[in-house]
Amino acid sequence: MPARAMWKGTIAFGDTAVAVKVYSAATEQRVHFRLLHAADGVPVEQKMVHSLTGQPVATEEIHRGIEVERGRFVIMRPEELEALTPEADRTIRVTRFVEPAEIGDAWYARPYYLGPDGDDEGYFSLAEALAARGVEGVAHWTMRKKRYVGSLRSHRGHLALIAMRRADEVVELSSIEPAEAEKPAPEEAALAEQLVAALAGDFEPSVWRDQHRDRVRELVARRASGEDVSIEPQAEARAPVPPLTEALRAGLEAAREARGG
Amino acid sequence: MADRRKRQGARDGRQKSRRPGQDGEGERGRDRDHGERRDGGERPAARSFWSGTLSFGLVSIPVDVLSATARRGVPMRMLAADGAPLRRRYICPRDGAALRGDDLVRGYEYQRGRFVTVTDEELEALEPGKSRDISLRRFVPREAIPPLYFERSYFLAPSGGSAKAYHLLAETMAQSGRAGVATFVMREKEYLVAITAEGGVLRGEILRFADEVRSAEDIGLPAPGDGDPHRTQAIGRDIDALRAPLDRDELRDREADLLIALAERKYAGGTDVVRAPEAEEESDEPGEVVDLMQVLKERLGASAEAKPAQRAPRGGQARGVAGGDRARADASEREQSREELYERARALGIRGRSRMTKDELADAIKSADRLTG
Repeated sequence: MPARAMWKGTIAFGDTAVAVKVYSAATEQRVHFRLLHAADGVPVEQKMVHSLTGQPVATEEIHRGIEVERGRFVIMRPEELEALTPEADRTIRVTRFVEPAEIGDAWYARPYYLGPDGDDEGYFSLAEALAARGVEGVAHWTMRKKRYVGSLRSHRGHLALIAMRRADEVVELSSIEPAEAEKPAPEEAALAEQLVAALAGDFEPSVWRDQHRDRVRELVARRASGEDVSIEPQAEARAPVPPLTEALRAGLEAAREARGG
Repeated sequence: MADRRKRQGARDGRQKSRRPGQDGEGERGRDRDHGERRDGGERPAARSFWSGTLSFGLVSIPVDVLSATARRGVPMRMLAADGAPLRRRYICPRDGAALRGDDLVRGYEYQRGRFVTVTDEELEALEPGKSRDISLRRFVPREAIPPLYFERSYFLAPSGGSAKAYHLLAETMAQSGRAGVATFVMREKEYLVAITAEGGVLRGEILRFADEVRSAEDIGLPAPGDGDPHRTQAIGRDIDALRAPLDRDELRDREADLLIALAERKYAGGTDVVRAPEAEEESDEPGEVVDLMQVLKERLGASAEAKPAQRAPRGGQARGVAGGDRARADASEREQSREELYERARALGIRGRSRMTKDELADAIKSADRLTG
């Protein structure tokens, strides 16, 4: 069954305008638990209480404050916060097109697919033009009362919009030169290179499974069917660590064997 | 669980000093057995929130994991009318009793209103031999990982005498243009990670698993078709006219700027300013703040001639007056403290720790310390 669009907007830059629908591209698969009171197995309720008196505070009496100095807060009134809420707008405005290498991996936060909204021709023309240049657009839009900045790119013939983190969310570092004594010897470098080459392959997402999640699902399913399952903690065994060069050689041999057989 | 996930993503580059012998040495010491302690326990060490072992082939590199991302926006706290911060309490709806962390258990609802319970310890025991081991099993071209997969980013710092092997891996990956892919289990959950090298520093990019990324077919998008050649050309001209380098300033969070500016105006004018009652003030000693770059340099044994350390962006950003930055820094320290307390609680085997608030964790650790001497 086709997914429902979560939002609609128009991509706009220069003379270009393409109407699109927005769909979430990420879908969380974790096993959801609720908190229970261990004694009687009842799902718990959460309440906000005064930190000194422990008395519950009713929702309408809760204030929101920004700590400006340790222990000192400025209370922000609901109408003040409301005034800062961006106005609704249906434009996905692209301000510039950049090389993908300029956007570090850490900037990407949440992916969306875009689908055509009545203008298939414009949609695929834009996807083609982006793919031909291999660039990403820096896009701004306001969705559900929140402002976003994201990367507009082509993804396997379709358009994707990836919400990006903001400037103060991403830590960037300058590069580090290792000290002379810590620099790998040429022999080690050569072995490491061969080892990486022996383990080289394509990125095939389906190869990697969340086995822990599978085990959690299996555990709760067995318990739900009335089975008495006990899980024993396992001791962690650690093999001794051989010297670097030896480790590289042995690892390379093992990798080649695995590949050969 | 959702809360914890959020907190996990909320680390900040700013690090606080740690006195030797403090803070979960038992836990961290285990990973350090592989090499001698570099820092002799004297210099300030970073607060990492998780330690593991990176391995490729038979080479093992003990690493500390430090977050490369912080939480968006200005942290706001819920307050009572008298300025006292609120705390979250769990209440049993049946008898109205206030519950503590060890009164709680995780329940999976397999039928409406019917639950089976699972403990933290059981979830951890489901990690067969994988605990703390990030074993790189495949090296893939970096650009082959679609950005749709990227979820969160961490820096890896060598811990224990592993700097040489760390450099070796960083250099090899940088030269091959490849990223090492692995799955590993951290805090009762499995993660898919791509280890990349950039500027001599290893990073861990947490990726979504394949079944967490929908395909265009899942959504029901029309199969890729052809555009109109004229329109493609016209759009291409519009794109070319807007080619420009990325401007970090464009990525600033302007709503946060406005909110902080407003808070500062109100503070200066004495409007709506409240003081938290004494007892609520943080008992944490304000520690020396060390920046991430400094930590990595120390751990990597980099020469003194290395590029001057760049301050973590919080300090380096242009954002105004003491208030806003201070508020953020304090909040992030509080966040980090909770992560640290959690790790200590884990090392001490405190039950129900994942559901405890920071205060509850601190209490539980105190009691445990008393018991164990």
